[in-house]
Amino acid sequence: MVALKKIGRQTIKFLNPPSILTTASIVGPKEGEGPLAQYYDEVLEDDLFGEDSWEKAESKLVKEAVKIAIRKAKLKIPDIEFMLGGDLLNQLMSTSFAARDLEIPFYGLYGACSTMAESLNLAAVLIDGGYADKVVATTSSHFSSAERQFRYPLELGNQRAPTAQWTVTGSGAAILTSNGNGPFITYSTIGKVIDFGIVDSNNMGAAMAPAAANTITTHLMDTGLQPKEYDLIITGDLGKYGRDIAIELMKKEGFEIVKNFTDCGIENF
Amino acid sequence: MTRRLQTNEKKNYQKLVENTAPKPNYFTNCIWAFVVGGIICIIGQFVHNMIENNLGLTHLEATNATILVMIFLGAALTGLGVYDRIGKKAGAGSIVPITGFANSVVSPAMEYKREGFIFGVAARMFILAGPVLVYGITSSVIVGIIYYLLK
Repeated sequence: MVALKKIGRQTIKFLNPPSILTTASIVGPKEGEGPLAQYYDEVLEDDLFGEDSWEKAESKLVKEAVKIAIRKAKLKIPDIEFMLGGDLLNQLMSTSFAARDLEIPFYGLYGACSTMAESLNLAAVLIDGGYADKVVATTSSHFSSAERQFRYPLELGNQRAPTAQWTVTGSGAAILTSNGNGPFITYSTIGKVIDFGIVDSNNMGAAMAPAAANTITTHLMDTGLQPKEYDLIITGDLGKYGRDIAIELMKKEGFEIVKNFTDCGIENF
Repeated sequence: MTRRLQTNEKKNYQKLVENTAPKPNYFTNCIWAFVVGGIICIIGQFVHNMIENNLGLTHLEATNATILVMIFLGAALTGLGVYDRIGKKAGAGSIVPITGFANSVVSPAMEYKREGFIFGVAARMFILAGPVLVYGITSSVIVGIIYYLLK
């Protein structure tokens, strides 16, 4: 038995590439003031979203993002066969509670900053394999619930390091289908965990950059594609400093990726 | 062999990050900390003088009363959402005075209020100040014993 859809060291090639039917995104007030404001489906005025805790607000973000994506596709919630997604909280609290209310069969995923890529990837595998026709992939995060889970209380008077990053308040969802007109998911390269021993939680960009650089170079080697063939190569949230390091690391591997390489964290704020 | 190479690679990377990561501006930070910390101390001294002169308390009693007033101010400013803004600029200048200690107790209490008054507020209140209390009180006991034995 040979895996027909795997090429190179760690890349999947989709033979029946799934198509992204619709996408939806909701963000908090700070993101709504950012350069991407006009592209969001909804910008909240109040980051509690009318709920009484940050976690409930985040859960509502997921639910609403999924609903908007479904509405845009002119579908009903029961038309969606599987939901894949996750967030940053214990027991995937916000996504699980959203899945409870949406009543869509649910895969809970945890990939921290890579959860969206992970859920899109596995959703594509489900569709390409013929296990489903319509799948929604989603993720969410909330600045205040993440601060509480990983850092300090909001009202504590401490200073942020210059390399500290800001967690996005928001949720995104994408519906994948087996018979659409694109954009298609054609390849996916699954990265390794690469730890160079950066222990500063205020410098996540430097901690994540080696893994991002490794995954991108492996992807290019596995597929035989050149960086310039891409309109855009984009990472999750290395930040400005992490992006600079990643560029250096990829240069060492012989790939000059500067112009068409950016990062969601840089674009968002 | 490969293992040593790996650790070398790791060390080089850590050094690279250490050298290239943007650094905070220590000079302006120090000035901010000095000015804001100084202002807090001046307010404290003013309160102390007022209490000592007007309420007829001894010097030591007035000190205790001043601590109460300063803790109240720190807690009130935290509740009003002002203290974290001062802290972003002042850093140690507003962390080291006792108002900063009040901030470190009140801010988790506010944060965890949604989890209830017993398991939220009460259980989490000392999540930041706890280590200071544990080691502060422990070392004071040890110093006390040494002092007793030497005397």
